[in-house]
Amino acid sequence: MDSTFPWLSFSIWVPIFFGAYLLVIGRDSHPGVVRAVALVASLVSGLGTVPVVLGFDSARAGLQFTEKVAWISNPTAHYYLGVDGISLWFVPLTAFITVIAVLAGWKAIEQRLAQYYAAFLILSGLMIGVFCAADGLLFFVFFEATLIPMYLIIGVWGGPNRVYAAIKFFLYTFLGSLLMLVAIVYLYQAAGGSFDIATWQHLPLGHTPQMLLFVAFLAAFAVKVPMWPVHTWLPDAHVEAPTAGSVVLAAIMLKLGAYGFVRFSLPIAPDASHELAAPIMAISLIAVVYVGFVALVQTDMKKLVAYSSIAHMGFVTLGFFLFSPIGVEGALAQMISHGFVSGAMFLCIGVMYDRVHSRNIVDYGGVVNTMPRFAALMMLFAMANCGLPATSGFVGEFLVILGAVQFDFWIGAIAATTLVLGAAYSLWMYKRVIFGDVANPAVAKLQDIDGREFVALGLLAVAVLAMGVYPAPLIDSMHSSVADLLAQVAHSKLVAGNP
Amino acid sequence: MEPLLSFTAVFPEAILLTGACFILIADLFLAQHSRNGAYVLSLLCLLAVGVAAWGPLSEGTVEYGFGGMYLSDPMTAVLKIGAVLATAVTFVYAQAYARQRNMWRGEFFSLGLFALLGIMTMISANNLLVIYLGLELQALSLYGMVALRRDEPRASEAAMKYFVLGALASGFLLYGMSMLYGGTGTLDINALAHRITGGQAVNLALVLGTIFVVAGIAFKLGAAPFHMWVPDVYQGAPTPVALLLASAPKLAAFAITFRLLVEGVPQLAVDWQRMLAFVAVASLAVGNVTAVAQTNLKRMLGYSTVGQMGFLLLALLAGVVGGNTSITAGAYGAAMFYVLTYALATAGSFGIILLLAREGFEAEEIADLAGLAKRSPWYAFVMTLLMLSLAGVPPTVGFAAKFVVLQALVSDGGSATTWTLAVVAVLFSLIGAFYYLRVVKVMWFDDAVQASPIVAGHDLRIALTANGALVLLLGVLPQGLLALCNGAVLRALGG
Repeated sequence: MDSTFPWLSFSIWVPIFFGAYLLVIGRDSHPGVVRAVALVASLVSGLGTVPVVLGFDSARAGLQFTEKVAWISNPTAHYYLGVDGISLWFVPLTAFITVIAVLAGWKAIEQRLAQYYAAFLILSGLMIGVFCAADGLLFFVFFEATLIPMYLIIGVWGGPNRVYAAIKFFLYTFLGSLLMLVAIVYLYQAAGGSFDIATWQHLPLGHTPQMLLFVAFLAAFAVKVPMWPVHTWLPDAHVEAPTAGSVVLAAIMLKLGAYGFVRFSLPIAPDASHELAAPIMAISLIAVVYVGFVALVQTDMKKLVAYSSIAHMGFVTLGFFLFSPIGVEGALAQMISHGFVSGAMFLCIGVMYDRVHSRNIVDYGGVVNTMPRFAALMMLFAMANCGLPATSGFVGEFLVILGAVQFDFWIGAIAATTLVLGAAYSLWMYKRVIFGDVANPAVAKLQDIDGREFVALGLLAVAVLAMGVYPAPLIDSMHSSVADLLAQVAHSKLVAGNP
Repeated sequence: MEPLLSFTAVFPEAILLTGACFILIADLFLAQHSRNGAYVLSLLCLLAVGVAAWGPLSEGTVEYGFGGMYLSDPMTAVLKIGAVLATAVTFVYAQAYARQRNMWRGEFFSLGLFALLGIMTMISANNLLVIYLGLELQALSLYGMVALRRDEPRASEAAMKYFVLGALASGFLLYGMSMLYGGTGTLDINALAHRITGGQAVNLALVLGTIFVVAGIAFKLGAAPFHMWVPDVYQGAPTPVALLLASAPKLAAFAITFRLLVEGVPQLAVDWQRMLAFVAVASLAVGNVTAVAQTNLKRMLGYSTVGQMGFLLLALLAGVVGGNTSITAGAYGAAMFYVLTYALATAGSFGIILLLAREGFEAEEIADLAGLAKRSPWYAFVMTLLMLSLAGVPPTVGFAAKFVVLQALVSDGGSATTWTLAVVAVLFSLIGAFYYLRVVKVMWFDDAVQASPIVAGHDLRIALTANGALVLLLGVLPQGLLALCNGAVLRALGG
């Protein structure tokens, strides 16, 4: 059921347009107007994604809601959008998280408000663009362009060490992307002058090209995910970014890299993927176990959640390289769930930081005495972070572990340690921060969350519970596309008579 | 052959020459306080030249003049319009700066216009001597402009350096041309290629001649290892002159490279492509790595130019001899797109330096941009776009340009060499990203050293805003300009 109205373009360009409007017209002397415009823009963009979800036909594997317009004629590139079961849920997720991000910065940001909201709105449109792009060049342009607003968000509104974090963030990701650019140029040539991703996926490729392409894409996506050992930019970026920046970074930007794996690496270089699956699984497991331990010893809450993000993303890459429906669907579910949960965790830390101006665990204790409503909500998110059943965190982790056990018992067993580690670092932090006696006068003076914060956290709580209790619609809509993907991955391109 | 004196091919140049002479004389009768008259006249003259140059573009005609010595076709038209715009932008951006520094004189305008005349002659020349003539006219005018602030030691030093090295480069080029002439017995570009095919050529002399021609061109482009003058001159020259120097002459250098190498000696492509590959990699390395260490923005832009020229040369060595005209046209079209967009972004960057400069303050250190985002978010945004464009980050036009060059480099499937070149080019782009990004960092993240608001005339504000907007617009929708470049080159190659 293809709608005639270009809903995807609507969701991409509405926030960008309003962002540009705020950039040009917005005045910091009227903060109320700026906030209202940002909120309206994010809500309108979010509403634009509703028809996409409702009108999506789960039975079909290919792209839906396609829009195709000639963009550049030589080299031939198209403005070509569409969603399938793999990318579908990331579109509303991005729009939803943007609403949360707008709410999160409502009071915390006092200077250069118009630019701040402009950056978030433009970033939102660009990220939706990444998930919708069906043309390789268009994908790259969106993928790269997201760096600019995030660089400014970290660098302008971030913490004391923000400059270092921002530059590290930009250069790390830019290096990976440049190699991907060469890969994209190669594929364009190999496909006889086409940037169509679907064409690339069916392109017969020899062994060496596949390996090189896989490595080039790995460079781009592994940094973005981030996978161990190229993850070191993430804790820095998270710690220094403002709350909403951390929320968007963890909830959406990390997903861009993981999404790239399913869209490019696996189907375009299936033989290389199989060949290199073992090392990828190994570093995924290192991310799960080693980084899990690293998270355990953190004294800074944001750093702790940042490391926990890396561990959770290790689950995602592990799931992809199991090459089974359960593994891939579990990984995709884990990505969506992590979007809600990590976003919520960073928001919770932001709520406390706004009041106490410290991210150190030792500066807290006994918060439950002064902020009971907040403590209850954060409890839910901490539980979801360690994968408690009936929360969204459980769905993905369970499926991936199931897939891993099917693949090899020991891989499943190692992966399952995350349940212990996740519980350990999440709940231990929760205990030290929330429970106990009131630690110091700052905590004693805390005010419980206000209506705005309650709405933001409440929305996330509903999402976490809804997905945890009834994940069926989510998973069902993925089946066809994932089956199609796995059929492609299972089909060696080398048999077609390539050297 | 057309009548010997066909003036239609030189119509824009004729207008420019008349206009420049008129302004030169009229200026004598203007008092210093009514110097704006010369400014307005110059802009009107440039407008007329631009309109006249538009002719061959809209009609798509190819016309030879003066017995085949002079050529007017869509490609020359596009490059000329680019050069005219760059000159006009120089005058507009320079206004306040030049007034405060006693440079707002008739010489500034007439020398600028004569330099443009030289540039347009180089673009249209179809004969070795005419190329040289245009080159010297351009170079002599620019030497004068660099030395315009003669009481400034650094400017004088830059002018001297520019003059000595420029003369040396011209000598190289002329020596190479003489060898080409000796080998073939003709000065005409078309006949040159024809005679080499005809087997009349003395091969060793031609190869040697080509080496000198390549060296001369590399000098003019500012490519390593012939780049030594670039940073010194960019830093030392008055900023508006540096702006002019960095933009329009590069278009002319591209044109003569195309004429001399691609149209003149295509049979020697294997030789000169190898030379260009070396020069390209050396430029990428030297330009990008050295730029990292710079604290002076103008000097940094000088080294950045060296790196950018390396990228341009990659596209120039990509085309030719494969036999497939459309692929070749794609490669040179990419090069042309690259040089035009490079000029656009560089002109804007110097424009920002001019915007920030005040009486007695040059604003040419990177640190002088500190906190620009607080003083003027809009111009900080424009400068951010320009820097990102030079770094090649989407969605700015710099990315589109780098992308089409990479694409062209491997367009016939590519060899191990071209793929290696592509990877080398993107890796040096990463280093490039670092120093361009540092400028963005300084503008947005650092605190302002000066809090004074920015004073600028309306024409400067509008031109800078348009410049920034164009960098973004052409990045999102590159199709128009790209098709124009490809079509023009295809036409020039006789397709």
